[in-house]
Amino acid sequence: MARFTAANEQIARDIIARYPLAKSATIPLCHLAQEQDGYLADDAMAQVAELVGCSSAEVLGTASFYEMFKLHEIGTYCVNVCTNISCQLLGGEELLHHAEQTLGVRAGGTTSDGMFTLEDVECIAACTEAPALQVNYRYFHNVTNEDFDQMIADLKSGDLASEVPNHGTLALVRQEIPADRQTNIGPPEDQEIPVWIARQRQTAGGDGS
Amino acid sequence: MSDVPRIVSSRFETEGSHTMEGYKSSGTYAGYEQIRAALALSPDEVSSLVKDASVLGRGGAGFPAGVKWGFCPPDVWPRYLVVNGDESEPGTYKDRILMERDPHQLIEGCLIAAYAIGAAQVFLYVRGEMAHAQERIAAALNEAYAAGLVGKNILGTDFSVDIVLHWGAGAYIVGEETALIESLEGNRGMPRLKPPFFPAAKGLYMQPTIVNNVETLANLPWLLSHGVEEYRAIGTETSPGTRLIALSGHVNTPGVFEVPQGTTTFRELFEDERYGGGIRDGHELKMFIPGGASAPWFFPEQIDLPLEGRVIGGAGSMLGSGAVVVMDETTDAVRACLRIVRFFARESCGKCTPCREGTTWEEKILQRILDGHGRPNDLELLLDVADNISPGPYPAASHPDAGLEAIPFPPKQTTICPLGPSSVAPITSAIRRFRHEFEAKITHRDLIPVAAAPMGEGD
Repeated sequence: MARFTAANEQIARDIIARYPLAKSATIPLCHLAQEQDGYLADDAMAQVAELVGCSSAEVLGTASFYEMFKLHEIGTYCVNVCTNISCQLLGGEELLHHAEQTLGVRAGGTTSDGMFTLEDVECIAACTEAPALQVNYRYFHNVTNEDFDQMIADLKSGDLASEVPNHGTLALVRQEIPADRQTNIGPPEDQEIPVWIARQRQTAGGDGS
Repeated sequence: MSDVPRIVSSRFETEGSHTMEGYKSSGTYAGYEQIRAALALSPDEVSSLVKDASVLGRGGAGFPAGVKWGFCPPDVWPRYLVVNGDESEPGTYKDRILMERDPHQLIEGCLIAAYAIGAAQVFLYVRGEMAHAQERIAAALNEAYAAGLVGKNILGTDFSVDIVLHWGAGAYIVGEETALIESLEGNRGMPRLKPPFFPAAKGLYMQPTIVNNVETLANLPWLLSHGVEEYRAIGTETSPGTRLIALSGHVNTPGVFEVPQGTTTFRELFEDERYGGGIRDGHELKMFIPGGASAPWFFPEQIDLPLEGRVIGGAGSMLGSGAVVVMDETTDAVRACLRIVRFFARESCGKCTPCREGTTWEEKILQRILDGHGRPNDLELLLDVADNISPGPYPAASHPDAGLEAIPFPPKQTTICPLGPSSVAPITSAIRRFRHEFEAKITHRDLIPVAAAPMGEGD
């Protein structure tokens, strides 16, 4: 079940159409596969390869470089506790320890019910709100141990379901480029000097950058 | 806050500032009127404006944006504009806020830059982990396309450009411009060698490419509306305008503040009620990082330095990405140092051997010192490994008590990009200043295993 559904395949083709070269869509397409399946499966990578026109090994090569792509199934909720410097100073490591105790797994592990994967992550750009964490890339700021327990309870009960989608889903809004507004997208070799630059050069008598 | 100029942060507290309606109706200039103003000028005039204003890049290196634009070879087309929104430097939290709270300001900045450069297409690369920022930018772009402000024949002129939202997948190194380009081409985010691969000459698809930081471009609409003179009236001659500073760590009121460059000092930033509100109550300053995890540390003697790239560089560090991390006397220098080094070890892309191997060794050695397993020559070993990544004296702040002068920025490097050398910053900073803390951990908790004793003597 890891190939794209018909609807997702259409989204994938729309994404590819925005790039001068299809291979550029590799990362967005891997995200789309992960959104569909919760992780990035082998046959999903094979299909991404078909769509962008490279080998599946190349897609694996790209995907395996990036932290966010999970090549195996993980929990429904990926809990990323930041322990980098700003968070460390204000208790990030202690919060991670508390999270390990609460969830009963070490950082990197997944709870036996398949609900939570805990990660010890690098700076998530919430430094002034330390200690901070993300669940499926949604922010939680200034988190105390009590806040953490409450958050886990709310995730279990479904109270946070509207704010935190399942693992793999990033932005809930997609960019849509109306066909009649799209311009100028084609491989680099088909491109020429932009008209407004050419116009300027003409008025300026051929000089300019 | 009235005396503080708000160039990029004027809508941060405004309800609905992320919508087109909010962008047009609030802030210190009229939204989407500035691209109209730019279109009335020639592309060269817009470039000159940015050059004359001396808008310094806000990503870390602080290079003037207008000058960078001029590096594109004049007759090679297409050119691309790539926006670097892959904010990941530890301590940095400014681009995310700009993208989440004022996406239209960034879009208008992109349009102005694309018009001036003659970009065939704009790619807005947002860090993968920032789902909310991606959402806000996608929504803002959809609005802008519908309003005829992005895409074909913008505002009825012959200026046409697409802005495409692209998003990453979690790799710090992708913040480096050539790695970002690799990533945008669908590859592993490994930096390219410069020369020959200076993006302005050979960037995306080997075409001239300008990579600008989010904050840099966010400055442009205000600049168009207020003009060069008013822009240059803020800050100093060499560092005009403002900076968004993320002040984190042991201060009473951490936050993201827009401050004039060059004139604001660290003391003001830490102590002023408008900013940090003082070091955490009952504590005193031990050290601080002036520009993100890659920056060598400063100490109480440097507190009166202004937030100006050149001055901070001469004093042995960098203003970098505007990330100031304050550490009070309760901070364990070894533990803080290890955490930053571990970051670089994890994020090393693996392309250059000195960084791939070196950062890992640095982490291992620091970990064993912290765990009480340090060996007597570990500090020398650590500095030796560091020297293989960044040879020669490493930039450092002066240490008047020890009679040590400042060593100016930047460091030398045996690697393609500055990631490896950055891992040396916390090490030399901490050892130069707090060697006794390391030594205490090594000598007082020395747990050298029995097997390490000379043959025949252990039992």
